[in-house]
Amino acid sequence: MASTGLTIAPPRPSRRRGQTLRRLLGSRMIVLGGALITLLVLIAVFAPLISPFGPYEMVVQQRLKPPSALHWFGTDNFGRDLFTRIAYGARVSLGVSFTVALLSVAIGMLVGLYAAYFPLLDHVLMRICDALMAFPSILLAIAIMAALGPSMGNVILALVVVFAPSLARTVRSAALVVREQTYVEAMRSLGASSLRIIWLHIAPNTLSPAITQGTFVFAEAIIVEAALSFLGVGVPPPAPSWGGILFDGKVAIFTAWWMTVGPGLFIILAVLGLNLSGDGLRDVLDPNTVKAAK
Amino acid sequence: MREYIIKRLLMLIPVLFIVSLVVFSIIHLTPGDPAAVMLGETATQAEIDALRQRLGLDQPLFGQYLNWLGGLFRFDLGYSYFMRQPVAEAIRDRIVPTTSLALLAEFFAIVTAIPLGVAAAVRRGTVTDTALMGTSLLGMSIPSFLLGLFLVLIFAVWLRWLPVAGYAPLQAGLWPHLRYLILPALALGLIQMALIARMTRSSMLEVLNTNYINAARARGLREWLVVYRHALRNAFIPILTIIGHSFGVLVAGAAVVETIFNIPGLGQLIVNSVGRRDYTVIQGGVLFITLIYLLINLGTDLLYGLIDPRVRLGRR
Amino acid sequence: MSAVAETVTPPASAAAAPLLELDELVVRFRTENGLLTAVDGVSFGLQSGEVLGVVGESGCGKSVTAQAILRLYDETNLVRYGGAVTFRGKNLLKLPRAAMVDYRGPRIGMVFQDLSSSIDPVYTIGFQLVETILAHQPMPPREAEAKAVDLLRLTGIPSPERRINDYPHQISGGMKQRVMIALALACEPELLIADEPTTALDVTIQAQILELLTDINRSRAMGVIMITHDLGVVAEICTRVVVMYLGQVVEEAPVAALFAEPRHPYTQGLLRSIPALDGDRAQELYVIPGTVPSLLAVPAGCRFAARCPYADAQCRTEAPPLEVLRNGRKVRCWHHEVVAATGEVRDVG
Repeated sequence: MASTGLTIAPPRPSRRRGQTLRRLLGSRMIVLGGALITLLVLIAVFAPLISPFGPYEMVVQQRLKPPSALHWFGTDNFGRDLFTRIAYGARVSLGVSFTVALLSVAIGMLVGLYAAYFPLLDHVLMRICDALMAFPSILLAIAIMAALGPSMGNVILALVVVFAPSLARTVRSAALVVREQTYVEAMRSLGASSLRIIWLHIAPNTLSPAITQGTFVFAEAIIVEAALSFLGVGVPPPAPSWGGILFDGKVAIFTAWWMTVGPGLFIILAVLGLNLSGDGLRDVLDPNTVKAAK
Repeated sequence: MREYIIKRLLMLIPVLFIVSLVVFSIIHLTPGDPAAVMLGETATQAEIDALRQRLGLDQPLFGQYLNWLGGLFRFDLGYSYFMRQPVAEAIRDRIVPTTSLALLAEFFAIVTAIPLGVAAAVRRGTVTDTALMGTSLLGMSIPSFLLGLFLVLIFAVWLRWLPVAGYAPLQAGLWPHLRYLILPALALGLIQMALIARMTRSSMLEVLNTNYINAARARGLREWLVVYRHALRNAFIPILTIIGHSFGVLVAGAAVVETIFNIPGLGQLIVNSVGRRDYTVIQGGVLFITLIYLLINLGTDLLYGLIDPRVRLGRR
Repeated sequence: MSAVAETVTPPASAAAAPLLELDELVVRFRTENGLLTAVDGVSFGLQSGEVLGVVGESGCGKSVTAQAILRLYDETNLVRYGGAVTFRGKNLLKLPRAAMVDYRGPRIGMVFQDLSSSIDPVYTIGFQLVETILAHQPMPPREAEAKAVDLLRLTGIPSPERRINDYPHQISGGMKQRVMIALALACEPELLIADEPTTALDVTIQAQILELLTDINRSRAMGVIMITHDLGVVAEICTRVVVMYLGQVVEEAPVAALFAEPRHPYTQGLLRSIPALDGDRAQELYVIPGTVPSLLAVPAGCRFAARCPYADAQCRTEAPPLEVLRNGRKVRCWHHEVVAATGEVRDVG
């Protein structure tokens, strides 16, 4: 439909923190997504309080029982209560993914900022990022895990290698925009040190896109970690993780559907919550981006 | 246009170089001796040493890399001891299933996503729009392997319909071939559908807001003509880019879905090799898929230039 | 300033039914800041064969008025209309929106201002012309193509047979404007609305386009609404003028009368701002003091009062109505007599 073409200047939204916070809380998507995540985090944190069973507690007579009042999500092939395993599994899956997101953002910012500021570094760093991004995520993660062997630390390492490069690119783009502004040149000529310029002035402007993308990385990390564990190259048993439970459930899939649906449901909720939050964040922090693929 | 192609191809070279380095390093990241790991715990030292020599692991690292690289140019990706065939051959035998699967998944995705996206854009702000985009968001949040598992549960366990896992090669006929691919293609395609639908909607919204669409309406063209002939055609250019890139994602991401449905494709090859620690296959497979992925992306970007008459014909 | 162009003399009889009549048209937009009234009670009429100028600064609502006549805005989410737009006796605002398709093109044509983006870039010019023709008059495609070539020739495009295969980005700005005009005329409308058709063009091309529009007006007895902020254009081809300010009509008059004796302080200010070719070089250019208020903060009383040299207490509190004077003039000012008396006479002849 035709745009109005009216040149009316709306009242400029002030950039105070209070304003942004209010807009964040006003977004339905952020609130809904945030609520989902908070719920899952609470379940993870308070797992021991929620459930009377232990995650490693095997009761052989109770093997492969369907959901009931006693076992909300049924039991697995070792007689362990599934709800408990899922709740504790949330600690692993959410914890690992959050760590991956955090580290990726941190490393991404480091690389992106310095690449944007020093052109020589830029070429080298960006070629490396391009190369790493050339690998399909799951395959790269699988390959690294195949080489290193399964452990929680290795999973985190592999996933950071997979996700940090795209964050570096995002931060670099945002940083380049800021660097072009004349006040940066002005500061350079006044003798401000590079360190100061980068961290005090350019970095804050890259936070919004970084955090938004970090949210999506959190979501994707949950998916890839689950896929890795499902294939047997992720977080090793007996530590509970959502993908790991799916792995256990693979064998019994025709008899124990609850072993697939239970963790599957939680994975979907977590990813949905994060996608909602990410979308909401993007709308609030940077409404100009085209709503495309992440 | 030609300079653009050349520039992109040139930029590809350092990337390919680093990719090959990364792939090469995989076998050497293993803590301990790769040959020992490959042969397992029952192997004798003599067997391990023999394998090391066969694989060239006793040579200096850089020499190994050059050898390997040289092999690549001769299409020699090494040899798999577990499968007793050259890696290149193993890959070649598995290209068709993966490609068919990816094509079918992409087909499902496009055929549902574009009408969805257009409908959402045209009815922007209404309940239909919110519902469609909400469904899209949900679709994006279900990982393909999970959806695959759910489909198996629904169709095999609950409904007892299609034989769920398995594969028929093309020689057995088109329908048998496709029949086994339907469920995995649905599983793979859902996420792409969501992404394409979202992009379609936003691209259409942008286009519907332009002056030329307004001018087209002002000439009395009927709404469906305006939307489908003018708006969609213009909106299609960025959508096409997404479709192209998503195809790459499909080829690459089919791994887990192939495993679930027992499709003998490239993805399953790599996953199985991981279990067996068959490093040469892992290296060759990952390299091959990455190359395809890169080429598809490049092809998509070039396609864009071809479709837009402004780029194709240039300025007068 | 050049002579007022000779145009087809509008039908002398005052009883002749107007081609188009706006009656207290109101256009409101839903925005983040609430309901914005971009056009607040605009009324004017146009006879066949007349060239009516609509003048005002950016943001005064003239383009909005044009788009409203054709009901181009999104009515579900964005716009609310009030008042009436009567074309040959039918109120367009009351029709079902789908019925507008029969008016857009065959009865009312529109030419747009933003050239670079007003023609679909992925189809050839010929395709779009033929499409427009066939949308309203089914005919064999060959015939439509021939008609398209004729239209291009009519609008002064050289080698039209070759141009029909061109894409919009392959032709110049002036030609694009001619193509726009051809597209608007494709179905032989009775009324042409030209929204700033020459703003983006350089002076020589401007003159050609204006000449083209005048020819069309004369040869087809087509009504033309000429929307512009350039008084020079108005003097060149219009027979009557409507001056708009902040969503309202502030003055309406035949061209010569407006230039000779403006009765609204805004009109007077606009005329004064035009530097005279023969004026004193050293003299400072006149500028109307102040700025246009925001539509979000429309002042009480007369909307122009804050910038008006004649304003008094009454002006600031009571909004003047649009008063009908003799000789087909209207003005919205408490003190228009004073303005008429004290204004300098600009000789347009």
